[in-house]
Amino acid sequence: MAEVFFIGLSVGSILLLVALGLAITYGAMGVINMAHGEMVMVGAYTTVMARIYLKLGLLASIPLAFIVTALLGLLIERVIVRRLYRRLLDTLLATWGVALLIQQAVRLEFGLSLIGIHIPGLGAGLQNVQVPEWLVGSTHVFGVEINAYRGFIILVTIAMTFVTWLIMYKSPIGMQVRAIMRNPKMAAACGINVERVNALTFAYGSGLAGIAGVMMSGFKTVFPDMGTPMVVDGFLVVVVGGLGSLFGTVAAAGLLGQLNGVTASLANDSLARAAVFAAVIVVIVLRPKGLFSYKGR
Amino acid sequence: MSVNRRSFLKTTAGGVAAVAGAPLFSRTALAADTIDVGVLFSLTGGLSIIEKSLSDATLMAIAEINASGGVMGKQIHAISEDGASDPKTYNEKASKLVIQDKLATVFGSYTSASRKAVLPVFEKRNAMYFYPTYYEGYECSRNVVYTGAVPNQQLSNFIPWIIKTLGKKTFFIVGSNYIYPREMAKVCKILIEKNGAKWVADEYLELGDSEWGSMVNKIKNSGADVVLSNVVGDSVVAFYREFKNQGFTHDKLPICATVTSEIEIAAMGAEYAAGSYTSFPYFQAIDTPENKSFIERYRTYVKDPHAVTHHALCSAYFQVFLWKQAVEKAKATTADAIREGVRGQEFLSPGGAVKIEPENLHTWLTPRIAQWQPDGQGKIVDAYPAPIFPLPYSAYGETESNLFCTPKGVDPSKLKG
Repeated sequence: MAEVFFIGLSVGSILLLVALGLAITYGAMGVINMAHGEMVMVGAYTTVMARIYLKLGLLASIPLAFIVTALLGLLIERVIVRRLYRRLLDTLLATWGVALLIQQAVRLEFGLSLIGIHIPGLGAGLQNVQVPEWLVGSTHVFGVEINAYRGFIILVTIAMTFVTWLIMYKSPIGMQVRAIMRNPKMAAACGINVERVNALTFAYGSGLAGIAGVMMSGFKTVFPDMGTPMVVDGFLVVVVGGLGSLFGTVAAAGLLGQLNGVTASLANDSLARAAVFAAVIVVIVLRPKGLFSYKGR
Repeated sequence: MSVNRRSFLKTTAGGVAAVAGAPLFSRTALAADTIDVGVLFSLTGGLSIIEKSLSDATLMAIAEINASGGVMGKQIHAISEDGASDPKTYNEKASKLVIQDKLATVFGSYTSASRKAVLPVFEKRNAMYFYPTYYEGYECSRNVVYTGAVPNQQLSNFIPWIIKTLGKKTFFIVGSNYIYPREMAKVCKILIEKNGAKWVADEYLELGDSEWGSMVNKIKNSGADVVLSNVVGDSVVAFYREFKNQGFTHDKLPICATVTSEIEIAAMGAEYAAGSYTSFPYFQAIDTPENKSFIERYRTYVKDPHAVTHHALCSAYFQVFLWKQAVEKAKATTADAIREGVRGQEFLSPGGAVKIEPENLHTWLTPRIAQWQPDGQGKIVDAYPAPIFPLPYSAYGETESNLFCTPKGVDPSKLKG
């Protein structure tokens, strides 16, 4: 039973890892960022490239991936997203286009493969990421056999959630973000630089996706399409949790993770997937705004 | 300018005639010195990683044949199309090659989905399709030459070998959730029971899903002493990693796989696979002068000194030579001539001798078992002494003395059992 609970917890933490950044960009800013999965992918490729060119390991790649994806997020916000605030469906289409561009840039090695130049670490193939020795295999915690890497992901997710909570609820900029969420015009009238705060929020959300990418690279496959299914799962979590609610996102990730883990153990993985979707449908029928939500803009 | 109806009709009719006439002219002009064939693989999309290598191997074989004088004194001219990893695009491109370009032969497809999508085109227009991938069987088309393994060629020595040599008795069968792993599992169960062992589970994960936590936990609690994996694609990497991370070792509970190849091993990191087994008719590690030379020529051809060769790639290469021999035997390039000419053709491929079975147009191949080494290469631990008979309906009781698939097509009365 402890094993099943741990698997559920682990699945939930992976969901939360991806959903956390989305909860911020979608929940707080009202941007459906379809490129979020590609941010995860860029984070994973940063790990691959960091090992090849900088000889950095998985752990050292975490801050690096955060910086790389945050800068990329900042660029996307400045160039595209900024022009599309309050046009929900347009952000969806535009960021979907951005997602395709990033995917193809990685697959075609920024176009260089067309003229015969190959960059090791990029390209259409599967990439290999080395995991530190102490994260391979399993360890015993309180008599329960724990998969070391999954345990590590849970710890990183807790840390990231805590930092996000600190920023959002205990810092001046977090207060500004929350003010913008409630009412952007009023916030601007009170002297908040909405453009600047939005840009930073988007960059932070993208940076979180980059960290998620580093963690994924250690036990999933790194290839250009890897982010696409993740963004779907991420949106499920955010929608169930309720827009703009950090607590809701955490609760939804935990709930869906446990539902997945328990159903997969009792029946099978295909049914678990169906059970998760069924639960999401039930939640959005009964509570269209998600489990925990309050009135936003 | 006014356009009246009559002049409009006239111009249009003239235009249509010109369009219809143009390909005819170009064909007669080309036919004098070249033989055209189609090459249809995905050069873009999710499957392009592997299908690009199949396309390269096909084009390399064509280049080699052309360099040594061509077929019946004529050069082969390849018309390449991109299936774009999408069965619908495959169907459109196949129609283009067969109907517009009027080709009698096309080499192509990696997935069964894409083969099924183009099959009606080839059967209706009577053209030949050369298909290089291992697949699930249960097909008997007179318009397809199948040069990859069918389930009995990957499993009929693998399962007895696991039971007798490794001494394993209890199987956990796991696969991706689609037709190929499910058909493979049927053949597995027949062979496991025939050899006096048992299976405790037959489980599937969605294609492309990589959350293996629950599945590996089930394996742990199942009491199985061997895992038979029909998992495909990028899920393979996450599976082997989860397996090791939950504390398994391949010496106690080995994964015996039918699809895990050199490509997935390199992506997951060899340390996760070292000690596990795979069954294929071809491995890059086959230690013969033919294979060494083949790998070298392929790497030169694609300009990549680390390029990996694998089973479907080897078949994509040698099937072009089988086609060449068929054309030379029949002294014609029509589909009917090739179909009759290719029956019984033999060739020494990089993976050893191969032969097209006259009855069902599938290929005699040599099953081999490799154990993965810490350097990411397979070490061949067992090989059949000779190529074995391809039985596409072995899951339904087909045997060498009771064939379901013959030149007349599949016998429906035998199939219902």
